[in-house]
Amino acid sequence: MSTIIKTKYNRRSFLKVSTAAGGGMVLGFSWLASCTSPTPEQIISMPKEWFDINAFLKIGDNGIVTILSPNPEIGQNVKTAMPMIVAEELDVDWNKVVVEQAGLDTGKYQRQLAGGSQSIRQGWQGLRMAGATARRMLVEAAAKQWSVPMAELRTEAGTIYHDGSGQSIGYGEIASAAAGIQVPEEVELKDPKNFKIIGTDRKNVDGHKIITGQPLFGLDVQREGMLIAMIEHPPAFGQKIKSIDDAAAKAMPGIKDVFTITTYPEGMEKQWSDVNAFNELVVVVGNSTWEVLKAKRALKIEWEADDKLESTADYEASLAKALEKAPEEAARKDGNPEKAFRDAEKIIERTYSAPFLAHNTMEPMNFFAHVTADKAELEGPIQTPEYLRKSLIEVLGLPEEKISIMMTRMGGGFGRRLYGHFAVEAAVISKKVNAPVKLIYTREDDMTQGTYRPAYRVTYRAALDKDNNLTGFHVRGAGVHGSPVFANRYPAGAIDNYLAENHGRDSNISTGAWRAPRSNFIACAEQSFIDEVAEAVGQDPIAFRLSLFDKAMAKPVGENNDYDAERYAGVLKLVRDKSGWGKETPGVYRGVTAYFCHNSYVAQIVDVVMKDNQPKVQKVWCAVDCGIVVNPASALNQIEGGIIDGIGHAMYSAMTFKDGKPEQNNFHNYRLIRHREAPVEIETFFVDNGIDPTGLGEPSLPPIAAAVANALYRATGERVYDQPFIQNKQILG
Amino acid sequence: MAIFNLNINGKKQQVDVAPDTPLLWVLRDHLQMVGTKYGCGIAQCGACTVHLDGTAMRSCSLPVSAVKDMPVTTIEGLSEKGDHPLQLAWIEHDVPQCGYCQAGQIMNAAALLKDNPTPSDSDIDSVMNGNICRCGTYTRIKAAIKTASSKMS
Repeated sequence: MSTIIKTKYNRRSFLKVSTAAGGGMVLGFSWLASCTSPTPEQIISMPKEWFDINAFLKIGDNGIVTILSPNPEIGQNVKTAMPMIVAEELDVDWNKVVVEQAGLDTGKYQRQLAGGSQSIRQGWQGLRMAGATARRMLVEAAAKQWSVPMAELRTEAGTIYHDGSGQSIGYGEIASAAAGIQVPEEVELKDPKNFKIIGTDRKNVDGHKIITGQPLFGLDVQREGMLIAMIEHPPAFGQKIKSIDDAAAKAMPGIKDVFTITTYPEGMEKQWSDVNAFNELVVVVGNSTWEVLKAKRALKIEWEADDKLESTADYEASLAKALEKAPEEAARKDGNPEKAFRDAEKIIERTYSAPFLAHNTMEPMNFFAHVTADKAELEGPIQTPEYLRKSLIEVLGLPEEKISIMMTRMGGGFGRRLYGHFAVEAAVISKKVNAPVKLIYTREDDMTQGTYRPAYRVTYRAALDKDNNLTGFHVRGAGVHGSPVFANRYPAGAIDNYLAENHGRDSNISTGAWRAPRSNFIACAEQSFIDEVAEAVGQDPIAFRLSLFDKAMAKPVGENNDYDAERYAGVLKLVRDKSGWGKETPGVYRGVTAYFCHNSYVAQIVDVVMKDNQPKVQKVWCAVDCGIVVNPASALNQIEGGIIDGIGHAMYSAMTFKDGKPEQNNFHNYRLIRHREAPVEIETFFVDNGIDPTGLGEPSLPPIAAAVANALYRATGERVYDQPFIQNKQILG
Repeated sequence: MAIFNLNINGKKQQVDVAPDTPLLWVLRDHLQMVGTKYGCGIAQCGACTVHLDGTAMRSCSLPVSAVKDMPVTTIEGLSEKGDHPLQLAWIEHDVPQCGYCQAGQIMNAAALLKDNPTPSDSDIDSVMNGNICRCGTYTRIKAAIKTASSKMS
């Protein structure tokens, strides 16, 4: 069954049909100047004219189609997947599609943001409509030209056919006429079973550029007359600038100026994305990166405390103390948990913790800005361009239409580039020196001025009756800038007496969203605890989890349960069956986990072996229910990446502080997972259910640490409660 | 400042820079060859890997004055049309996620295959261990190296 969808709902926001002028509109649009360059074959077949059909696509007179990808690309591969969705409904040959990154344009696009694994889920309907509307206009134009009813026409791979008369015409030939057609009031979307592009493997559209080293990233931006800027920030959170001796730095070759900036003016109305720990910075501007870096090192700056200088031990102690007391109000309470625990035959209580983490995108923070008296042009890696512009309006005092923001491909995001203070800094610096500027953070600047994943701590309690029934469940979480607990997630809804409680504490350490915020910690704690409860009641860990889902399906407790218990159980059963759960292999230790976040369901089983007394993840089985999978090859890559990322950070990574100062500042002392520690094999299975797509970039990360923890227990006989599981040791470069 | 005559990807290039300028920044800032990436600046992540006289080197920690007349190969010069067996294997396995580290991974792998055309899993692990991929494409990188190895041998 196909879906009929009204276009009105989105019309104003994304349907902009150009008026045909003299047989079509020529846009003066050049591939060569664009972000994504064509293959040599495409250059040969470059069209002479482009016809602007709507904000998402242009059709060349020879049938080549340019599709604009609206959302920022951080490695989640939306730059391939989003245009695939448009191309599907447009019904074109993917080989004739050229993809371009769109800049920020809130008049044309909605939610140009990379975050929460929502690009595909929230873009789905609009992208399909963009393609379907264009297809319908092309068909209408052909019907008019041939004087036949539209219903008699069909399309296939960029050509319109009238089978009755044997006529056919390519999209390129009719595009000029189509550009003048009225936007339809409603369009028909394809039945997913007729998809030809969605659900097929398509290579990364930037793949060739990546493997040949072509400019793509923010750090690659080069402009005529561009200066390089670097910043120096206080070495400790809670410090500020006291005095600066910049005489030596200023005298160095290639240096234009040294000065201080205030990023966000006092009293400014801030966006949620305006998180920065150090608002006053010392800036060095010069001709080249190395010259500026040397001058930065020659700065003599005295710092002074203007707030508490706290250490990791202080955070650990205060979170532990917070967990001793109930908060004034529960986040959720079902039944009578107090009575369940009072009457319990046995209570299991366990506490889990995890440290701060840095994002450590491989491409450090950077941004290009050229600010003049009446306009600002910015280009660089940003996950939240719309919010960045709101901030720039305030900071620069320029109207919205005078600020342009172009998103480059990003060398990783993981949440770090949601917080665009570095782009604002670049703009403030450019304005001050009255020149185009590229601001570059060194790795040390990047790692020691993070918007870190907060440190967390949580205590779980389970009440068991004399027959080993789980009669009560209690979770109390605490974290820096907020609790990690999601009160309405599993096992809420499956237990009659349930209590969830939250504590947060302030800090001058800047924190923010880090790939799968909160879930990235709580999933491991929850799924480790469930494993331990299953063992205590003498049940198989998968059977025990399934019994809770059965309960949540048959007789859900409470009304606000976030998850669909049937889909949740579905992935667990799928991974159980695929992995041959239950069979024992000597020397191989298994652990299981399942989690729901970003609207998707993931279950995983790992095989851990011990090698030279060190655990090694041999194999991972992963089942995913994220609805329709747009690009399976790239979806597998996302799932695999999330798994490796999750294993790595839970096993090895930590950001610690001493008197406010980060104790890690580069990859020699901040341990990240490397080739040798990666799983040997990952096998992923997607549930094929035809449901509209949900999140994919984050959901495979949170649960995996628990599968490893549960396998480690079977390997060593000891449970792990505190991350990182493997404490830091000598790192080899 | 001093004049340096470099041989990069078979082409003579002259730059006037401070002798301690790392080759990385000479490539990126002075020669507009941005395929070689900055990741850490201390030879810990491998994003800046180039070949110096056929050997994989971290260009972030290699002063231009040390290059002398030794030939330098960067990702831009690994092959003429982006068709080195590793580059083709990278596309076949659709390895990149963000893509930032991949030039360094490919350059390091190219040096590995030159010295050891049929590396074992543990050979790959130990040679590639210095190249971080924050997105976690390690299993694909290994598969691509094996594909390239099988096509080259």
